[in-house]
Amino acid sequence: MFPHLRLSGSLPCLAAMPSIAPAMPTPSHLRFFLTSACPPHPFLSFGKSFFVRYCTRIGYTKPYQDQDPKQCPIPSKMQMESSFGGIVCKSRGCQTLCQPPGANVQQRPVSEICRIRDDVLQRKKSAVQITEDYLSRLHETEPHVKSFLYVSEKALEEAAELDRKLGNNEEVGPLAGVPIAVKDNLCTHDMPSTGGSRILEGYRPPYDATAVRKLREAGAVLLGKTNLDEFGMGSSTEGSAFQVTSNPWDLSRVPGGSSGGSAAAVAARQCAAALGTDTGGSIRQPASFCGVVGLKPTYGRVSRFGLMAYASSLDVIGCLASSVLDTAILLSVMAGEDKSDATSSKKDVPTYAASLLPLNLASSKPFEGLKFGIILETIGEGVNDGVLSLIRDAALHIEALGATVTEVSLPTFSKGLPAYYVLAPAEASSNLARYDGVRFGFRADGDELVSMYGQSRGQGFGLEVKRRILMGTYALSAGYYEAFYRRSQQVRTLIQKDFRTALEENDVLLSPVAPTAAFKIGSTFIRIHGSPSLGESDW
Amino acid sequence: MASARCAGLARGICFQPGTFSNHFSLRPFLCLIPCITHTAFLPYSHNGAPKAFATFQKRLFHNLSKEKFLKICQAQVLTRDGAAQPTEVTAEAVEKYEAVIGIETHVQLGTATKAFCSCHSQYGSEANANVCPVCMGLPGALPVLNEKVVEYAVKLGLGLHSDISLRSKFDRKQYFYPDLPKGYQISQFDIPICRGGYVEVDLPVEFGGGHRRFGITRVHMEEDAGKLVHAGGDGLSGSLYSQVDLNRAGVPLLEVVSEPDMRNGLEAAEYAAELQRIVRYLGISNGNMQEGSLRCDVNVSVRPKGQDKFGTKVEIKNMNSFSAMQRAIEYEVSRQVCLHEEGFESKIVQETRLWEEGSQRTITMRSKEGLADYRFFPEPDLPEVSITQAYVDSLLEDLPELPNTKRRRYESLGLIMQDVLVLANDSDVAAFLDAVLDKGADLKLTANWIMGDIAAYLKSEKTSISDVKLTPATLAELISLIKDGTISGKIGKEILPELLRKGGSVKEVVEAKGLSQISDPALIEGIIKQVLSSNPKQVEQYRGGKTKLQGFFVGQVMKATGGRVNPTVMNEILLRKLTA
Repeated sequence: MFPHLRLSGSLPCLAAMPSIAPAMPTPSHLRFFLTSACPPHPFLSFGKSFFVRYCTRIGYTKPYQDQDPKQCPIPSKMQMESSFGGIVCKSRGCQTLCQPPGANVQQRPVSEICRIRDDVLQRKKSAVQITEDYLSRLHETEPHVKSFLYVSEKALEEAAELDRKLGNNEEVGPLAGVPIAVKDNLCTHDMPSTGGSRILEGYRPPYDATAVRKLREAGAVLLGKTNLDEFGMGSSTEGSAFQVTSNPWDLSRVPGGSSGGSAAAVAARQCAAALGTDTGGSIRQPASFCGVVGLKPTYGRVSRFGLMAYASSLDVIGCLASSVLDTAILLSVMAGEDKSDATSSKKDVPTYAASLLPLNLASSKPFEGLKFGIILETIGEGVNDGVLSLIRDAALHIEALGATVTEVSLPTFSKGLPAYYVLAPAEASSNLARYDGVRFGFRADGDELVSMYGQSRGQGFGLEVKRRILMGTYALSAGYYEAFYRRSQQVRTLIQKDFRTALEENDVLLSPVAPTAAFKIGSTFIRIHGSPSLGESDW
Repeated sequence: MASARCAGLARGICFQPGTFSNHFSLRPFLCLIPCITHTAFLPYSHNGAPKAFATFQKRLFHNLSKEKFLKICQAQVLTRDGAAQPTEVTAEAVEKYEAVIGIETHVQLGTATKAFCSCHSQYGSEANANVCPVCMGLPGALPVLNEKVVEYAVKLGLGLHSDISLRSKFDRKQYFYPDLPKGYQISQFDIPICRGGYVEVDLPVEFGGGHRRFGITRVHMEEDAGKLVHAGGDGLSGSLYSQVDLNRAGVPLLEVVSEPDMRNGLEAAEYAAELQRIVRYLGISNGNMQEGSLRCDVNVSVRPKGQDKFGTKVEIKNMNSFSAMQRAIEYEVSRQVCLHEEGFESKIVQETRLWEEGSQRTITMRSKEGLADYRFFPEPDLPEVSITQAYVDSLLEDLPELPNTKRRRYESLGLIMQDVLVLANDSDVAAFLDAVLDKGADLKLTANWIMGDIAAYLKSEKTSISDVKLTPATLAELISLIKDGTISGKIGKEILPELLRKGGSVKEVVEAKGLSQISDPALIEGIIKQVLSSNPKQVEQYRGGKTKLQGFFVGQVMKATGGRVNPTVMNEILLRKLTA
């Protein structure tokens, strides 16, 4: 009955969409529906303009299916499984986010953030208590999951400060007391930020990433920094220089990646929500593998300032949480123009959560009139049968809710991955040039300058990073630039056109997030001379 | 210089390699990096042989093998082998060849802040005082374009008669060097902001004069790199380690590339001087060569006259004055002609040579083994630069009168070229002159005052025309008071220093000192009468035909009036009285 539903922007290469102009009208008909009439999983519907302009992708799947919950070392009391009753709020402003006027108190929204906020504002629990709860669960589960690279020593202090403000009836932000984890390639001034790389071991940035700063200003309590594939390059989190994170639903499996630490932390309820980054599927795929909601916003919607660049024209900061509502709340907090990021969108930020319809206002056929398209190229060869049947079930379900579902062909779809594999490493080869041992981070001894460079980078970077730097350097070299980089940019434009066309004809596009569910740790990971390298399913 | 940095060491702000910056402190910081094994920094003696190997190997290269070291040294001296001293080249030989010279100029813009962050961009601060995550290239930092840079680029483009690209973009130029924090320089590659254009130059009269027009290929925007300070020894060659000062990193530059239109050192130096005048007139840079605000890299090649194909070009760097530029080019042309003459043109290799002021010669800095691959690609962190024609037009409207236009105007007003060049050389001087002319003063008199007494004063007091108290209105007043005879020219010269120093109006100064000219004929007549009556003998001699004595009477009258008498009026009356 509960289909393994993956609603997403399909294969990660598609995140390689060229800068679809971050110009956006208010998505007036943006709706997030959660229906009680159907099994407890979120259905998402995007207004045409929203999807076209934003190409927002959400990865969500039920937790690992074959797993017997009893064997799972992590008690499966996930919020989303317990009460998926009613929903949600329509009103603006976060004060009332969780208690819309006239809302049935029994119909509690499925939102960890709203629950915490209720507790804090109504003094049922103090921010310190909430933080302690999460920290104790974090410490209990961390030896199994290993999702954190650093746990904040100041979380309780921050919570205590919030409690003091609440006690004085001072204004607190919409995320007051919400414990949030941050992917370690986002700069935090008070915690080390390594990007999962040896070359930045122990590095402490002097500033906060804009997204992190906005979370702090909204009252969030930052619990720590989560594990990732080195600089975001990988899809299993096995590419971290420090540790391998496990999928909380089956510790022998990967959490996906590169935001695997964030996904696992949310799934194991070590934090209420987490920040992730997505360059080629790095939020969506781990969200799918770990059974949480992952939101990859449109490029430019969230400032990249403070995100250690992997591929600048593709990098996006998003979030992972246990409900659609939570991701909507987080996006509203993080999004917006930033003077420090010239590529950030100047458009106003709507209160995304305010557009979610209360369930009791939704009809039995809430998708009436909406057109869904399943991307034909994503349900063909190479996709696991289980995944295919789930997608089909989901399509049927969507039809039952009133929408029309058709297959849509994107002829250039298959070119996405090769184009991504030229463009992303090309930009990475340039972005990672600053890790040279001169100003910060790891430095090896060298007899003279060139050997210092070589030794520092040779010892500091992992194998996959080095591979991508080599590939990218090659693609940008004189004589190859035209054939590789320029050609890939042309392909990118073609893919963009195909998507535009498909989204003119459809309100929503559906595809699997990944061709398989979470795979075993080590199964695609080739070890060469003891050094990890990613295998074929890497993206 | 090194000692100032070493103070940093004493304060504990330097870190040993390996331990640096695990706990990052934003400022001040100085990083130690191993010594740069750049051939430029190799010990080099001018008789061709490297200095004692052992010493330098120990100090510089630690574990570098002897073979490798010698190979580097040989590579360096190679290009000098077979080249006779340029002084041996005969004028006759030089006549057979033609030099082709192109210049790349980096103009450091005088914006308040850097090109891509809000750090101050002024010169001369303490090391690493003006840095932030962006210009230090810290992880996660992103560039945001300073609009002023675009404005200045467009202004210069207009001043150079270039085509302005309404849409241009930034690219990354990639190479590793410790003064380049990000590992790439943000520059413009295939779509520069300005294309084409020209510079018009009037050559100095003392060198034969003449008007030239040199083509401009392009102007593009980019960021400067930081600065390396070589420490732990004396000078580059003896340094044990280098330190990085990132104050200059990210300071905006405009790179101006000329066509290979210059044919000798003088033309090249005049081109650069004109460019300096233009940026100063536009107010976009102080154009100071000593501070490095205007840096010229000169490409020189030589070919037999009549040949179309260019010879192999050599790049010369490190000239910090126009005269050094001229001398460097002349030296380099002689060197290349010499190699041609002796049949060694294959020894002219594409390389970068440094001008050594001390020995007045160029030496090999690095040979280019093939073209460097900078792997340019579009900067993904910056949107393309899009400007409107209306914006360009508005800047064009506000453009000041530029040196060449000014020179043409002064010329048409009747000044000789020698004066024109002096007056139009400095925008402040020219502006002062124009302001005096606006008050109705006579051009030639004004020019003479400015180039004569005022220039002498500025030189002796080491000050500039914008710093003196004398206003254009006062100078105009001075000139008109002399012209109408209120004061004599001599008095004018006498009171000028006070006007320059303290300001105030000419009339006030003259009255306060009782220096005004005596022009009242009755008064003068009385004085003359007195002089004549007290010198009857001379009057008699004069009337007897010794008219030369007129000078004697003039002197006596001047003496009696303290030089304040109006000479014209006096002469007229004196003559009348003597002949009466």
